[in-house]
Amino acid sequence: MFTILDSSRKRGLIAAIGTLSIIGVILVATATACASQEQIEPLTVTKVADGTYAHVGAIALMSAENEGAIANVGFVVGDNGVAVIDTGGSVREAHRLLAAIRRVTNKPILFVVNTHAHPDHVFGNAAFAAPTVFVGHANLARALAERGPYYLDSFRRRLGALLDDVKIVPPTLTVDGETKLDLGHRTLTLRAWPASHSDSDLTVFDETGGTLFAGDLVFLQHVPILDASLRGWLKTIDELRRVPAKKVVPGHGPIADWPAALAPEQAYLEHLANDCRDLIKRGVPLAAAAQTAATSEKFHWELFEEYNSRNATAAYSELEWD
Amino acid sequence: MSYLRLRTVFTIGLVALALAAARHRAAAEAGDSWPDVARDAFNGRPLADGTGLIAIEMPARAEDAAIVPVTFRTTLPAGDTRVLKTFTLVIDENPSPVAAAFKVGPGVTMISTRVRVDSYTNVHAVAELSDGQLYVVQTYIKASGGCSAPMTKGDADKAKIGQMRFRQFAPSSAGIASGAREVQIMVRHPNNSGLQRDQVSLLYIPLLIVRELRVWQGDELALEMDGGISISEDPNLRFTYMPNGAATFRAEAVDTDGRVFKGEWPADQAM
Repeated sequence: MFTILDSSRKRGLIAAIGTLSIIGVILVATATACASQEQIEPLTVTKVADGTYAHVGAIALMSAENEGAIANVGFVVGDNGVAVIDTGGSVREAHRLLAAIRRVTNKPILFVVNTHAHPDHVFGNAAFAAPTVFVGHANLARALAERGPYYLDSFRRRLGALLDDVKIVPPTLTVDGETKLDLGHRTLTLRAWPASHSDSDLTVFDETGGTLFAGDLVFLQHVPILDASLRGWLKTIDELRRVPAKKVVPGHGPIADWPAALAPEQAYLEHLANDCRDLIKRGVPLAAAAQTAATSEKFHWELFEEYNSRNATAAYSELEWD
Repeated sequence: MSYLRLRTVFTIGLVALALAAARHRAAAEAGDSWPDVARDAFNGRPLADGTGLIAIEMPARAEDAAIVPVTFRTTLPAGDTRVLKTFTLVIDENPSPVAAAFKVGPGVTMISTRVRVDSYTNVHAVAELSDGQLYVVQTYIKASGGCSAPMTKGDADKAKIGQMRFRQFAPSSAGIASGAREVQIMVRHPNNSGLQRDQVSLLYIPLLIVRELRVWQGDELALEMDGGISISEDPNLRFTYMPNGAATFRAEAVDTDGRVFKGEWPADQAM
């Protein structure tokens, strides 16, 4: 609309710049500063159901380039306010999530729910503050206390200056078993699980929207990551499948039909368990076993090279005690 | 000097330069705690280059920071009659660099365990051979990426603490030739490295680790480990020994709470 300036206006503009050059520079500088604060690009979110939204993260390792935005994050809107489910891998990402929320509603953020303690799900917590209630598994505070300082230190290499704003924010409301959060004519059912993907896994079931936020209990496309108990995770899958949801927002990978979304992950984990049991039985040492277990799954997953040996190491160490 | 010789010298020089540069980069990247650690841990005793006599194997990158397999071997040339007396594992940049110190019985030429690795670090293996000298070799390991952390995987099942497993392996072809055999001892234990009171969560997790683990073949010591906080949860040792005809193996572990855990198993003569 303003691409063509008529010549008289152009001349006037040039004159103005000429006579008011110093003020002009100041104005431009001020405008730029305002722009960087106001024009936070909202995260792209998908409407999963009425009032239920999710952003699907990149299938990648956390980096400064992707702002740590590799995990799926989401929010549910009730009459009284909003529950945020996971805050992402940087405060920057969380601000972008908040910007996406503000496009949908101006209601207050009542709850921030963390599905577990890993950096890509909790590093954005500091973008929110009381009176927002931080909710997590009964083990979450312990996991964050033990691992938080290590994560802040080790992710400096990956995130650089993005890490400056990141703070470890522990839960103020913990879940042991099941808890319901009331958002106003919208109730979320939170369930704490025994050690599976991690030892602080928590799921959020939005009954009205028919949506399960599974955290990293469900992976699609992105190879599953084992950080607590393979046996526990396989048991959890059997129980989790009974949640009467229509759609799942996994921790990583696309929003999918429920419970069909569980099948690839279950196949991978069973493969990993069977291979490790066989290697243990044959007396193959851990270092060698880590290079071979579940390698037949390689072409079904992204980031397989980055995580499979690690999963095999953890699985072997656990199953050695069977 | 012939052209070929010159070229060889030049090539060796280049390789040496490149290696020195790589080492320097590695040291700069990792920080270099080794001179101080070496002086303190070995009372200033000289450490000779152990290349060709001993070896240490670790993956180039820690896959899971909490469980990094490490294997130490003696690689003495044929006819060398020296034997291993002690082995000390040092993870230079870990909070407590001396991960474990071992005393060994007859026939120990290999010790495998699992350790925690906190950051990019050099790892040193220092061995005392029967000539009374200390020998050192080193490797370099990159810390893991992703969300793994060098801590326990979760809240330990307290009822299981102190459980032991013992396993004897069929001899490898090398074992058949030398008469040596291989066993594994596992102890259920959180080996918690401890946590000062966390200012945010107000949590305090006390240090609780296995500090001694001994295995005997009959009345003869097969292996003894003094362990630190770098040994992984559920301490796990796999090592070689020379069968002495004893009918049983025994093991004893002592943790920092003073608890003693014991186990005894029949020696499988077929193994």
